[in-house]
Amino acid sequence: MDLLLKNCTIINYNGQSNGHIVINKGLIEDILQNNDNIDNIYASKIIDCSKFIVMPALIDMHVHFRDPGFEYKEDIISGSYAAVAGGYTTCLCMGNTNPAADNTTTIRYMIDKAEKIGLIDLLPYGCVTINRAGEHIVEMGDMLNAGAIAFSDDGSPIMNSEVMRRALEYASTFNTFIATHSEDSNLSANGQINEGIVSTITGLKGIPAAAEESIIARDVLLADLATAHVHICHVSTHNAVELIKWAKSKRINVTAEVTPHHLIFSEDNLLTYDSNFKVNPPLRTQRDIKALFDAIKDGTVDVISTDHAPHNIDEKHIEFENAAFGMIGLQSTIPVLLQFVEEGKINLKDIVKLTSYNPSKILNLQKGKIEKNYRADLVIVDKEMTYIYDENIIKSKNYNTPLFRKTLKGIPVYTIKEGKIVYSLK
Amino acid sequence: MLFKYKDFISTINLSKEEIFEILDTAKHMKEINKREVKKVPTLKGKTISTAFFEPSTRTRTSFEIAAKRLSADTVSFTSTTSSTTKGETLLDTIKNIENMHTDIFVIRHKCSGAVKFVADNVKAHIVNAGDGTNEHPTQAMLDLFTIREHKNTLTGLNVAIIGDIDHSRVARSNIWAMQKLGINVILYGPKTMLPSDTTPLKCHIAKNFKEAVTEADVVMMLRIQLERQNKILIPSLREYAMYFGLNKTSAKYLKKDAIIMHPGPINRGVELSTEYADCDRSVILNQVENGIAVRMAILYLLGMQKRRTDGSST
Repeated sequence: MDLLLKNCTIINYNGQSNGHIVINKGLIEDILQNNDNIDNIYASKIIDCSKFIVMPALIDMHVHFRDPGFEYKEDIISGSYAAVAGGYTTCLCMGNTNPAADNTTTIRYMIDKAEKIGLIDLLPYGCVTINRAGEHIVEMGDMLNAGAIAFSDDGSPIMNSEVMRRALEYASTFNTFIATHSEDSNLSANGQINEGIVSTITGLKGIPAAAEESIIARDVLLADLATAHVHICHVSTHNAVELIKWAKSKRINVTAEVTPHHLIFSEDNLLTYDSNFKVNPPLRTQRDIKALFDAIKDGTVDVISTDHAPHNIDEKHIEFENAAFGMIGLQSTIPVLLQFVEEGKINLKDIVKLTSYNPSKILNLQKGKIEKNYRADLVIVDKEMTYIYDENIIKSKNYNTPLFRKTLKGIPVYTIKEGKIVYSLK
Repeated sequence: MLFKYKDFISTINLSKEEIFEILDTAKHMKEINKREVKKVPTLKGKTISTAFFEPSTRTRTSFEIAAKRLSADTVSFTSTTSSTTKGETLLDTIKNIENMHTDIFVIRHKCSGAVKFVADNVKAHIVNAGDGTNEHPTQAMLDLFTIREHKNTLTGLNVAIIGDIDHSRVARSNIWAMQKLGINVILYGPKTMLPSDTTPLKCHIAKNFKEAVTEADVVMMLRIQLERQNKILIPSLREYAMYFGLNKTSAKYLKKDAIIMHPGPINRGVELSTEYADCDRSVILNQVENGIAVRMAILYLLGMQKRRTDGSST
């Protein structure tokens, strides 16, 4: 045996159980009952998990590793370390790199670099259109063959509906999907924060909720027209939730994600002009947050993704309007979601469902469950440990998050990928 | 002295008493401006730098005159002559001049929140001379000073603010301060120029020009920013003047004793026609005159504060 995890509290998407997890050749070979005799099991490493919980390792469907091109923000190496330290073993990175991931060479470069470090499975999104310009669709077949998992022009929404329609159709030919950053860039032009009470008070230009909602409405209708799968990134408004719920009720092939930061922060945080709260889509209202939690509960939202977006301090510690959009998130998902569990807003099963089981299903991976013959991608979490989230903890190259130097509770102590320990806290 | 802030960035957190302290201090300053020798040694030895990252003539001149009348040494730079055009950050520019031992900065910047950002990151006193579409707090103080001069009181007055409210830092600073003083503010403008959520302003939004001005003791016309790309917000200046400007047709709804204000510079024939810009009820040039006194008061309250916190006088 490669690894034996003793006395585990096992969290799956559909239930919680106790037992010993036997891992061999990268797979979960067996799960033994607590009263089974494990004394004569030989394993090269044994971890006593009696103080921890064990979950399927997390899958992040939305990260920015900035590599190639913006390695001063993050690269695939630092991103991989941040991922495993956050409990992730699978990351889907966005293609807004330089050069953009609109070609097989860039896709291969990303995958090879990640494989060389060997900490995570890096599954890159290819761009939908060349140079993310929204005009000509990329060679999707060739890029899938090179290892692209799906396609997205994240951050540069495709405003031409004809291009979007054809991209959806073409992608579905190859049985893959398009992930959309839904935003009407005319409506949101120069916008800084959510349009509403706080934009009125601060004089910062607002981004109306309708900028997001109108394009989500368009994209689900186009997915219907194209009989294609569209994945809506970082849903942030209550009307967006309603639109997705409607689309699902019509059996349109739509999946949706929400970020932890849209669940924990609101526009109220922007009253201080702290650019660490500047994200796109912007932080919304308490009403929207409530709708997002309801959407998690009723299944309208399938996935929690981080939109991990590292930026250098020189791009953040400046005038708000000139500061970059985005915050890092890989290492704060677990403590933030555990806080929601403590507050009774979600339960541990929801965490597994949204961060691992559902993503695995959407991506057709043999992950996301702690069950016999599943991939041994696991995270062992200390729910109780409190710590200062500072430069000693953060593995990213940059610390652009409002949680920086705050006290957090809950942390991965081991992250296991294919039966190998790829991260241990101590 | 009540005024205890390091900086003067916003009117939103000022108390009624603090506003009155500024206005009362300004009253003393106004007397100085009327003397034969218009200068007092109060801020002698202090260095005040006006840093304007957006074009301005009136406000910068007003601050410089105010500083000089208090005997401070003044240095001024604008973005076209400073190293910001060489790619230096705003904060670096200010910190460099701060380290030449500048005591007070007067800053205007095109980004909302930028002046607060500087204030949060330097030790020098910072005065906001306009940040983006956020605030222009000294303008609000000089407007209140002018209103009080003409109406002898501030409480219970009705003030109409008309024009591009959403993009107006003058409107925001005035609204926050007027809220504190119990002034009733009524707003009017095309919907494209109103914030989509006006609840925090706690103002009545008029349905037409007549409703906006009928009860108003003060009618404040905002400047249409010709330099801004307003093509989407209004179809033409001609139509704006017809429906939202103060002119012969619309002026008939004004109360006889209403005063007309404008933060300047005026677009004659757009928001304000010449006969009303220059009429007896117009106090626009009083506003400019009072701007000096109010800015002297602000610089005085900040400049004297350091001496206070040093312990030399309490």
